[in-house]
Amino acid sequence: MLDMRQVTKVYRTELVETHALRSLDLHVKEGEFVAVTGPSGSGKTTFLNIAGLLESFSGGEYVLDGENVKGLSDDARSKLRNQKIGFIFQGFNLIPDLNIFDNVDVPLRYRGMSASERKLRIEDSLGLVGLSSRMKHFPAELSGGQQQRAAIARALAGSPRLLLADEPTGNLDSQMARSVLELLEDINQQGTTIVMVTHDPELAARAQRNVHIVDGMATDLSVEPSLARVAEASRRDSATTTAS
Amino acid sequence: MFGYYLKLALRSFKRNKSLTALMVLAIALGIGASMTTLTVFHILSGDPLPERSATLFYPQLAPESMDGFTPGDEPNGQLTRFDAEALLREKRGDRQAMMTGGGVAIEPQRAGLSPMQIDARYTSADMFTMFAMPFLYGNGWNAKDDDGHARVVVITKALNEKLFGGENSVGKSVRIDKADFRVSGVLDTWRPTPKFYDMNGNNGYGESDQAFLPFATSRDLKMGRNGNMNCWADSGKDPEGETGVNAPCTWIQYWVQLDTPAKAAAYKQYLINYSNQQRAAGRYVRPTNVRLRGLMEWLDFNKVVPGDVRLQVWLAFGFLLVCLLNTVGLLLAKFLRRSGELGVRRALGASRKTIFLQCMVEAGAIGLAGGILGLAFAWLGLWAVRQQPTDYADLAHLDPSMLLATFALALIASLLAGLLPAWSAMQVSPAMQLKSQ
Repeated sequence: MLDMRQVTKVYRTELVETHALRSLDLHVKEGEFVAVTGPSGSGKTTFLNIAGLLESFSGGEYVLDGENVKGLSDDARSKLRNQKIGFIFQGFNLIPDLNIFDNVDVPLRYRGMSASERKLRIEDSLGLVGLSSRMKHFPAELSGGQQQRAAIARALAGSPRLLLADEPTGNLDSQMARSVLELLEDINQQGTTIVMVTHDPELAARAQRNVHIVDGMATDLSVEPSLARVAEASRRDSATTTAS
Repeated sequence: MFGYYLKLALRSFKRNKSLTALMVLAIALGIGASMTTLTVFHILSGDPLPERSATLFYPQLAPESMDGFTPGDEPNGQLTRFDAEALLREKRGDRQAMMTGGGVAIEPQRAGLSPMQIDARYTSADMFTMFAMPFLYGNGWNAKDDDGHARVVVITKALNEKLFGGENSVGKSVRIDKADFRVSGVLDTWRPTPKFYDMNGNNGYGESDQAFLPFATSRDLKMGRNGNMNCWADSGKDPEGETGVNAPCTWIQYWVQLDTPAKAAAYKQYLINYSNQQRAAGRYVRPTNVRLRGLMEWLDFNKVVPGDVRLQVWLAFGFLLVCLLNTVGLLLAKFLRRSGELGVRRALGASRKTIFLQCMVEAGAIGLAGGILGLAFAWLGLWAVRQQPTDYADLAHLDPSMLLATFALALIASLLAGLLPAWSAMQVSPAMQLKSQ
């Protein structure tokens, strides 16, 4: 589903070159639920942005669902993003002056679907996340958990092959976080591939596979068990830093 | 998608009412000022006879004495009666007419109407056909009437309303300057703007003449004339004085219709030959100097558009530019304030092009709203122009073409103003925006 080989990302300014990703290799199979962890500044977000075609990469190869995305035009990348990827953000990123129905409608509009098909999909996806009764509510009228559910409904409405989640429970209390995670697990069980960036060890532990990114390089902890302890320590440090 | 973009634009207007109102007001003020001045300019610089102007020409000769002569001088703007009658007699054009303006007294036979003084035109038969003047009843007179000094008159629709209550008055009698004239025709509404055929007085924007009489008849009855007259010697010997055939005075306007460029070239050569003959005969003393300007060229030469009107147009467009620059700033602020939303849209599948179009539709919608309000301002501006003591004041009205131009200008202006903000908006990096939210 997602195949990155030797992917590098370099940010250049007049004075300095920053290597955000260094020869990152990552392979995610269809239907997997992968958690990506790593300390702050390790390159997790850069990886997610590249995986989601929001940013270009400096070198290497990236094949998404069988399509090599290197050198694609903005139009083609946008189309691919719209058709194959769903995003879930830590800050929900719902559009405040659109009601929930219209928020979920946004990606479908860009796909050029008919009004009746859009309506069907929106109602289905909002039903799936338990927000059928809140369609006409605006984001500010919903709790954090409901907003994240609405964001998940928006990500699912277009039936993406890959769901990219960036700290999806980061802004939620533990009860809401649990419910959102359960929802993600359900979605994964129905066949959607999920790649989730998280600081939360508990959350990472519930994924099928953990990948640890340090200094822009990925290590698969399931095949490198000796590094799992280092990663765990790193997570703890990171959690302490975040808490302080 | 256009409908969706429009819906988003309207939603955006609701969200930022004051900012939107400011932009609409900025465009409306610019459009209002531009359209007011442009409408005045359009009226003043328009083609008074669009279907005929290409074939109508105004000849000029140089019959004056050597007093004040400077080589390269422009020939006289009018003809002497002698030259006009000679050119008319020789009929070298497809059609031709000599004319001058005057004032006559009418004694209405209708009960309750007092005698009135009206503007009249003393002319020759071809004027009506040459200028394609529309007739409500009857028609003009013919060359025989000219030669026979016939007492016939063509009156305007407005005068016909006054004198005959609007009924067909052809064949009826009108008493003009104590002489009876037979009505040969009643003109339908005809007001060429500017009044190109006589640029004397009111710079061509005054009221139209209300009656048209044969030139020869007007001389028989010694009817009062008006307009410019330029004399360079004493004409005391002529029994008719300054208006006599041999008077050294220019006071006649002369128009000739030449249907092809070849005919125009031939006519110019004819004028040169005529001028040379007059010099040989001792009538002309200045070197041969003739002009044959087309109608529109003649209007340009006479600067029918006053200098201050041109200046006003430039100033108004400068003002529109300032308003647009303000709108650019406001749109930029508006779009960039929505960077977060645009980032989300990009993440959800909107391409840069899509974001650009969405922003341009919003800019265009602001332009249309600005156009509607600008139209109201233009109407107000033109009303203010009509209150001014200028010759063209009563002509200042928006016509359908200017109405359309108002919306086109508003739309183009707002789209231009939207280009930079929309371009900046489409450059928004979604990754950056999503992280910063």
